Amino acid sequence: MIKDITIGQYFPGTSPVHRIDARAKILLTIAFIVMLFIADDIRGLCVGLAFTFITFIISRIPLKMMWKSLKTILVILIITSLLNLFFVHTGEPVFEWKFIKITDNGIQTAVFMVVRIACLIIGTSLLTYTTSPIDLTDAIERLLSPLKKIKVPVHELAMMMTIALRFIPTLIEETDKIMSAQKARGADMETGSIIKRAKALIPVLIPLFVSSFRHAEELALAMECRCYHGGEGRTRMKQLHLKLIDLWGTIYLAVFMAAVIVINHIW
Amino acid sequence: MSYIHIKGLEFSYINEAEEPPVKNTVLKGIDLDIEKGEFVAVLGHNGSGKSTLAKCINAINLPEKGEVMVDGLDTIREENLLPIRKRVGMVFQNPDNQIVATIVEEDVAFALENLGVEPGEIRRRVDEALKTVGMYEYRMHAPHKLSGGQKQRVAIAGIIAMQPDCIVLDEPTAMLDPHGRNEVMKTIKMLNKEQGVTIVLITHYMEEAAQAERVVVIDGGEKIMDNVPQKVFSQVDVMRNLGLDVPQVTEIADFLKKQGYDISDEIITEDECVQALYGLLKGKQE
Amino acid sequence: MAIIKTQDLTYIYGEGTPFRKVAVDNVDLEIEQGEMVGIIGHTGSGKSTLIQHFNGLMKPTKGEVYIDGEKLWDDKAKLRPVRFKVGLVFQYPEYQLFEETCYKDIAFGPKNMGLDNKEIDKRIKETARMVGLTPDLLDKSPFELSGGQKRRVAIAGVMAMEPKVLILDEPASGLDPKGREQILGLIKEYHQEKKNTVLIVSHSMEDIAKNVSKILVMNKAKLYCYDDTVKVFHRAAELEEMGLAVPQITRVFNRLKSMGIKIDDDVYTTKYAKELLLKMLKGK
Repeated sequence: MIKDITIGQYFPGTSPVHRIDARAKILLTIAFIVMLFIADDIRGLCVGLAFTFITFIISRIPLKMMWKSLKTILVILIITSLLNLFFVHTGEPVFEWKFIKITDNGIQTAVFMVVRIACLIIGTSLLTYTTSPIDLTDAIERLLSPLKKIKVPVHELAMMMTIALRFIPTLIEETDKIMSAQKARGADMETGSIIKRAKALIPVLIPLFVSSFRHAEELALAMECRCYHGGEGRTRMKQLHLKLIDLWGTIYLAVFMAAVIVINHIW
Repeated sequence: MSYIHIKGLEFSYINEAEEPPVKNTVLKGIDLDIEKGEFVAVLGHNGSGKSTLAKCINAINLPEKGEVMVDGLDTIREENLLPIRKRVGMVFQNPDNQIVATIVEEDVAFALENLGVEPGEIRRRVDEALKTVGMYEYRMHAPHKLSGGQKQRVAIAGIIAMQPDCIVLDEPTAMLDPHGRNEVMKTIKMLNKEQGVTIVLITHYMEEAAQAERVVVIDGGEKIMDNVPQKVFSQVDVMRNLGLDVPQVTEIADFLKKQGYDISDEIITEDECVQALYGLLKGKQE
Repeated sequence: MAIIKTQDLTYIYGEGTPFRKVAVDNVDLEIEQGEMVGIIGHTGSGKSTLIQHFNGLMKPTKGEVYIDGEKLWDDKAKLRPVRFKVGLVFQYPEYQLFEETCYKDIAFGPKNMGLDNKEIDKRIKETARMVGLTPDLLDKSPFELSGGQKRRVAIAGVMAMEPKVLILDEPASGLDPKGREQILGLIKEYHQEKKNTVLIVSHSMEDIAKNVSKILVMNKAKLYCYDDTVKVFHRAAELEEMGLAVPQITRVFNRLKSMGIKIDDDVYTTKYAKELLLKMLKGK
């Protein structure tokens, strides 16, 4: 059961979306978010929606993942739509009953906000679906590297992220093992009140902590033995190069962006 | 001077948790010289100090008394730290705790990246190291999906990519199954024979020590024996008293010798034993 | 009556995914009460999956498991009592220790059984003696102990549940020769004293050969054979073909046989090898 957790939910692939450099992809994702926010009516947003759909199809990620990523924020979507529905009172009333008043503007805003948030979530999760966690970490490190000048420990943070990613599967496996071992000693983790169940986790959590510390200590030693001494003077085997496909990606987004600007702000 | 020169080495751990702090002397004056290209096994039971000794060689532990020199570099001097670790790589017991990256080839590149090697050169050396240990086709795999033996080979590749003169392996096979142990031992022997890498193998498996050119036995922080494996294992009773094993064939030969039969007590391989017993039994059965 | 019985036992990982793997394939097995059994096989041969079926930690995809005549998985409420009847010690069991003192840690299992404090105390003292833990160690934190001592505490924690069947997965792994011998020795003593069924999973044929009366061989998810130790080692050639290492001494004697020396028996321990050699050298 615990093994089902997927981390970063990366779907390996060779689609154009996958092949775009991770740095470019992060920047394009940011541009995409900007695009969603400069679209300030439903027409502009339709362009954003079209972009999201087309990109998703190009990426060849199973379409059901679209729904899956939305499921997690379903509650937020519902609350947003209800708030807009009931509290936007401008425009023509469509429905009125006692203190409840729904207007055409309210409906429009509700739909608009829901679509915008949905696009936002689907588009950004596409980034993690099509980029391996390690590429993502690398890209973040490189994009943030100017911050090193003002003493932000960018390299150290990226290293921490890499190691966390590396050890998550190991720790999950370990949790499984410890749980089995305690169950074999009669630990009951499935029944009883919440408090009882929380207490039943102690025999799992303590050994897990202890072993995490052991991992950390030994890993630190191994890293030291391999001449690790922080980010200074470090090189990387994989050099990120901007390629033609990154340019195409940028043009592709720029076209949609231009459409939004024309529709919403110039027309 | 020898490539690795250890003289009068003393080392203690201090347990601050106790009141007053308890000093636990683990190494009590070790002298050891290892030449370039040698394959030395360091044998001892748990707590004998063999791992502590290993960590003194690449300046993880610094001598309290005495000296440790690697290729003429004194481990106690701060500025020698990186040069020493470049020369002496270390492989540990738990394969999970020494793999840093989420992709095999990234992990092998780790040390070279730390040393600031130029990217093209890293690529070349990583590929070469992976081919040497026979893990090239796994270069894009996630480490946690590999078997124990494969993980250790990746760890070894990460070390040989640094092109060290010497590799110290601290019980590299203790957590592996027999198949994984074989993989690792084959790799180690190949590195020693074909690439001339000096090997210091810390172990408590006598089958592994028997494959070395020289066996150093450590007990209670002191060097008890230092000789070719034949001579070391022939001391069956001494080894037993130290809590160590000898190969089954050595035990048999030793037993027969003590019973007054004409058999060499320096038998450590299966072949030698079969030959010797054949000689004894053939005469009887004719 | 068999204490452990399986019928058609099959376990499949990841059914319906591309990672589908048959881990245990149609195993029919009967283990009698009071046996000391060695379980051998490659990594991935299915031995670990198999033993986790014996105490209901894993649910068969197909087939049945009977413990002491009772069918598992018929009634979910019966599963916990089965875990007390079949004690399972995992590999590196010291990694499961969590209490402040060894005493409390050993008490974890018996407490889960709902025993009263007097009975728990009695059992802890007895198992501590059996695994060779001195009383002063019981009040220490398990994290202060040496590797070998930690392992004893962990084993004691399962023994204290007084299971009818004790299963140990690689109980000696990672220990040095002396530690190995001690751990295996105390398991053997436990078996002799309690007359309970003991199953030991091990990679070391030398350890298995010295300690058990029956051997169960798993190969590629299937039960390859389950027989007396002598009979299994008689098939040394087959074991080697599977990639399992038979004891060095067995190999030596088999090679002598193939060179034309007359040897009447199968040899798999040094103790027996010595006796046999003396007899052969003295006689005629």
